[in-house]
Amino acid sequence: MKKFAVAAVMATALMSSTAAMAVDLEVTHWWTSAGEAAAVSEFAKVFEEQTGNTWVDSALAGSGTGANPVIISRIIGGDPMGATQMNTGRDAEELIKAGLMRDLTDVVADMNIDSFYVDESLLTPCRYEGGLYCLPVNIHSWDWLWLSTKAYTKIGQPVPKDWNEYVASWPALEEAGILPFGLATGWPFSGIPGVLMSGIGGSDLVLAINRDKDVEAVRGPQFRKVAEALDSLRKVISPETMVPSFGDVGNQLLEGTAAGNIHGDWLQGDLQVAGGVPGKDYECLPALGLGDKLTGGGDSFYFPKLPEGTDPAVLQAQADLARILISPEAQLKFNLVKGSMPIRTDIDLAAANPCMQKALGMLKNGLLPSGDFSLSSDTQQQFQDLNTEFLDDDSITVDDYIERYASILESDE
Amino acid sequence: MADAAVPLDAGAETTVNRPSLLKRILFNNLPAKIAALPMMVTVLVVFVGCTIWTIYYSFTNSKLLPTGKFVGFDQYERLFATSRWNVSVTNLIAYGAMSLVFTLVVGFILAVLIDQKIRFESAFRTIMLYPFALSFIVTGLVWQWIMNPTLGLQTTLRNLGWTNFSFDWIANPRMVLFALLIAGLWHGTGFCMVLMLAGLRGVDEEIWKAARIDGIPTWRTYVSIVLPMMRGVLVTALVIIGSGIVRLYDLVVALTNGGPGISSEVPAKYVFNYMFSGGNIGQGLAGATMMLLTVVIIMVPWAYLEFGGKGRRT
Repeated sequence: MKKFAVAAVMATALMSSTAAMAVDLEVTHWWTSAGEAAAVSEFAKVFEEQTGNTWVDSALAGSGTGANPVIISRIIGGDPMGATQMNTGRDAEELIKAGLMRDLTDVVADMNIDSFYVDESLLTPCRYEGGLYCLPVNIHSWDWLWLSTKAYTKIGQPVPKDWNEYVASWPALEEAGILPFGLATGWPFSGIPGVLMSGIGGSDLVLAINRDKDVEAVRGPQFRKVAEALDSLRKVISPETMVPSFGDVGNQLLEGTAAGNIHGDWLQGDLQVAGGVPGKDYECLPALGLGDKLTGGGDSFYFPKLPEGTDPAVLQAQADLARILISPEAQLKFNLVKGSMPIRTDIDLAAANPCMQKALGMLKNGLLPSGDFSLSSDTQQQFQDLNTEFLDDDSITVDDYIERYASILESDE
Repeated sequence: MADAAVPLDAGAETTVNRPSLLKRILFNNLPAKIAALPMMVTVLVVFVGCTIWTIYYSFTNSKLLPTGKFVGFDQYERLFATSRWNVSVTNLIAYGAMSLVFTLVVGFILAVLIDQKIRFESAFRTIMLYPFALSFIVTGLVWQWIMNPTLGLQTTLRNLGWTNFSFDWIANPRMVLFALLIAGLWHGTGFCMVLMLAGLRGVDEEIWKAARIDGIPTWRTYVSIVLPMMRGVLVTALVIIGSGIVRLYDLVVALTNGGPGISSEVPAKYVFNYMFSGGNIGQGLAGATMMLLTVVIIMVPWAYLEFGGKGRRT
């Protein structure tokens, strides 16, 4: 048996034409939940099949707060991995500036990546002084309003078609003892202002704030509408009715005890695991049913600079992996399992469900940058603190909120 | 120790070969000094060195990497202008005061009760100490489920027919600190009790006999005779509980995650959030330095009283 395995390995090594010698490439990521792990193994499969190299999987627990520090300290500490996943955005900005990441310009030079990326804004966080330091591999969006069909059947109204109809239905829902808006404690609330901003405030407002950091736009009439919507939302949310995790909100929607929720597209994974069928058990309204563009972030892959004297075959493996991650084949397999949108426009996702089809339709209009792209993590943390405080403390008025939002944006570097 | 090693030198002042002060400091009792060297290096580099590093970088505008420029007190100005930090400090003071008093008092009373030569003493001791074997994360999660208004005790009792029963402290900004306190006490009093029990057992039986002959009531013996004799144990318990309060973090993360809103935030959580997810080392370290300063302000007068006057200790 063992002899056979050795022979098989040798045979594969001989047969593979792209790599002269099979090498190990360590890849770190924080895709640890069942669905995520299945998705990342799709990447690994394609990589191993096409190059004959070995994908050494280093999954780290704790996502942005737990895994990110580990990844960063390994790169700073001189023990870089072959490749790593991180959020698309500014988290790795200082590592790029410090020259710790590999420039991928030459690697993907002949692929003409600008032609197939959904929107050039996706690549903006990766570019620095003419170099290209990361490759976004998928798009996640927060901009979804999820509605419970059951809750609206109970009150005998049709399921709303947009945010305004939804707000109008709140009194009837409350009368029937149904939560108008289900919410989990903690971070889920911090994503909601951005969704209101793109849905109610419109594309121009998103660009003015998330791209140009225009403080005057925050003090303007469009942002005031957003803040007022947030204010009306907090009036139907009470800490007593909050549930521990966003997956529980998914259950509330399916049971009809809560009528709606704003949450990112990854909520859909939980809805489907719980047996929900889009269009029948729940409805999804991208961009609150008002806008025609989604804001999106997602995940990117970075390739740290490896120390002097590294085997050239490993460097070649890095380059191969970079090209494979954004190839149509890997993109299709990965995103179908992950439930995210691909970064390429030229992929046929006929197998995707109705909600995702809606999103893909909107992607054709381009993508709005999410706050992650241009705002520092420090600023995002401050916005999160402000939103958490605003939700629970009614003594903070809409005016206070706008003023504090503006002053945080002003201090962003 | 060094004093005990040189009585001969001190007595023989007239001897010609009296070693110089420097030599005495360096070479007296050399093996002991060599043995202590690793510890001294660790203390100097890890504790003192890192503390100085922390304080220095809290005066810079470092973001993700400690590379920032010196900016004076900017980080501190921002720190004290941040409502989340100010709420955190207030919370820690309120929680700390209550936790300290209740843990010591309840721990002592439990120890006295167990000390009454009761049956199944070791069983009770195990039950009391058991929560201490659980991590704060587990403690926090268990109590989160118990106290969650829609899933826990409140709903259970309402379903049993007691419809106006209300226990929603965890969702009530004014009561959430008491919810934390319940979980904290459940976790910590057992350990305090065991410490106190050890102290009580250390009191000589003869003293009890003498007190009984003099006709002193039992409670009075405890308060006026036994308690002062337990000074060492009390100080130990105080230090352990106190350090537990200052670094309060994981219990909050597991139980309330700072909520509702920011009403149960604590300083350690602020420091962690800004250093790691916020990518702002300068701001995080400024918070850490303020925590250190608080500890120093409390510890210095105590250390002065405890170790300052020589020969004062009994």
